[in-house]
Amino acid sequence: MTDAADWSADRDVEQMPVVPLRHHGRWLAAVVLLVVLAGLIVSMITNPRFKWDIVLQYLFDDAIISGLLMTIWLTVAAMAIGIVLGTAIALMRISANPVLASVASGYLWIFRGTPLLVQLIFWFNLSALYPQITVGLPFGPSLGTFDANYFITVYVAALLGLGLNEGAYMSEIVRSGLNSVPVGQREAAEALGMSSFRVMWRIILPQAMRVIIPPTGNQLIGMLKTTSLVSVIALQELLYSAQLIYTANFQTMPLLIVASIWYLVLTTVLSIGQYFLERHFGRSDRRTAAVRADDADDNPAEAAREG
Amino acid sequence: MPASGSKSAQDFAVMARGVEKSFGTVKVLKGVDLAVEYGKVACILGPSGSGKSTFLRCMNHLERIDKGLLQVGGQLVGYRQHAGRLYEMKQGEVARQRADIGMVFQSFNLFPHMTVLQNIIEAPVGVKKVDRKQAIDEAMQLLAKVGLTAKAASYPRTLSGGQQQRVAIARALAMKPKLMLFDEPTSALDPELVGEVLNVMRGLAQDGMTMIVVTHEIGFAREVGDMVVFMDEGVVVEQGSPDDLFTNTKSSRARAFLSKVL
Repeated sequence: MTDAADWSADRDVEQMPVVPLRHHGRWLAAVVLLVVLAGLIVSMITNPRFKWDIVLQYLFDDAIISGLLMTIWLTVAAMAIGIVLGTAIALMRISANPVLASVASGYLWIFRGTPLLVQLIFWFNLSALYPQITVGLPFGPSLGTFDANYFITVYVAALLGLGLNEGAYMSEIVRSGLNSVPVGQREAAEALGMSSFRVMWRIILPQAMRVIIPPTGNQLIGMLKTTSLVSVIALQELLYSAQLIYTANFQTMPLLIVASIWYLVLTTVLSIGQYFLERHFGRSDRRTAAVRADDADDNPAEAAREG
Repeated sequence: MPASGSKSAQDFAVMARGVEKSFGTVKVLKGVDLAVEYGKVACILGPSGSGKSTFLRCMNHLERIDKGLLQVGGQLVGYRQHAGRLYEMKQGEVARQRADIGMVFQSFNLFPHMTVLQNIIEAPVGVKKVDRKQAIDEAMQLLAKVGLTAKAASYPRTLSGGQQQRVAIARALAMKPKLMLFDEPTSALDPELVGEVLNVMRGLAQDGMTMIVVTHEIGFAREVGDMVVFMDEGVVVEQGSPDDLFTNTKSSRARAFLSKVL
């Protein structure tokens, strides 16, 4: 290729138009998918059994809306219990006290090792085990006795079931967040004379948040859908409200679609919220300026001599 | 520089006698003796694994000693003496002791979620309860001292290693410590950034700050150090003035080490 003639023949390469590689396979896959999708959408519109008029009729039905509010409330409350409990369990697990650490591990073992559905039914039927709940010291004075049937309502059973179960999962998330902060951070904070509470609150937790927030967002979205499980103990959240209606009017599919639409709306809102939260907690990661040793540096050699 | 009879314990920033420390079954410190007077700069040299960093970390109780006497500012580190016994201190007491001792780490350990200024005022405001405005004024003066006033609002990640280490020094100084500990402050830096950090440390020494510096910078030890301490295998092998130790090395172990690094 060192030939002079060849060289001159290739000379116009820089002027030649570029023909990009055609991805025929991609085009084919896209067309097939679009055809299938179009078919599905057409069938959803034309199939009268979808009964969109009934969907629309029940979308803002009072019973559905109050079920929706119950679902939101359950999600928020159970997550709050789960986060507080999970943080406590995580701190217990990393504690130097072997009793605290073992109790935390045992908690995790039980609540992660049994199905949530079983736990919910268990809490709901707690009165079979303990008809009377007495608050007091072991072998000591009693502070009061409650009737379990009266005290463990469906709400309490649902919150106990969802919250305690979530606590187990959250504790693992919090623990991995705490472990993600380098040891040097704790040492630097301790060397400055900070108390262990202050080290945790001001230095470790804010940094752990970056690792904790994304999976917690997933847990929250998961919890929103998991609340539908409490329909088995007849708590009127979104799914159970829909079920109550369709057992009366036999419009099963339209009402399931109503419930699904609301679940989708809520998860979409939560996903958007999670995006902004992650952006907020990741702010120290974003490099705002390129690193240059001499950039905006007021000459250390001079300054040190004066100081 | 052995402790002579004319000096009282109060004259010494650090006094160690027979300090021992093990990690599991490995004995890292095997009876370390050292006395550093206030206002002096002591540079600790030695091969890696000689226990010099561990000894430094014992001085502010980041590591607990197993045996021996270790006093900083005339006080036992991490223990209270009462009725012929040593009681381990509560966390709060240890924290109070540490507040008087500044420490600079090899890996800087700045708080990445805080700006440079927040890094510096965090401990004065949170621990010493200094008024926030006053803390900011003092922090800006310290930043001027280390030549980084323009970086007050930056996050540590946007700084070079040398700049980060200078901020770390300012952060430690903000607690107005009586003693500054440096644990290989330049070992994690690119060669061209070492000078700026050593310059700041040189300025500190000129101000009369008591400093204990674990380092591999022989030039710095020779120029700035009032005393040079050579450690190997968990003991102080040799110590003396830089001139003495470098030109008139007595022990064969120190000679062997210096011949490799000089």
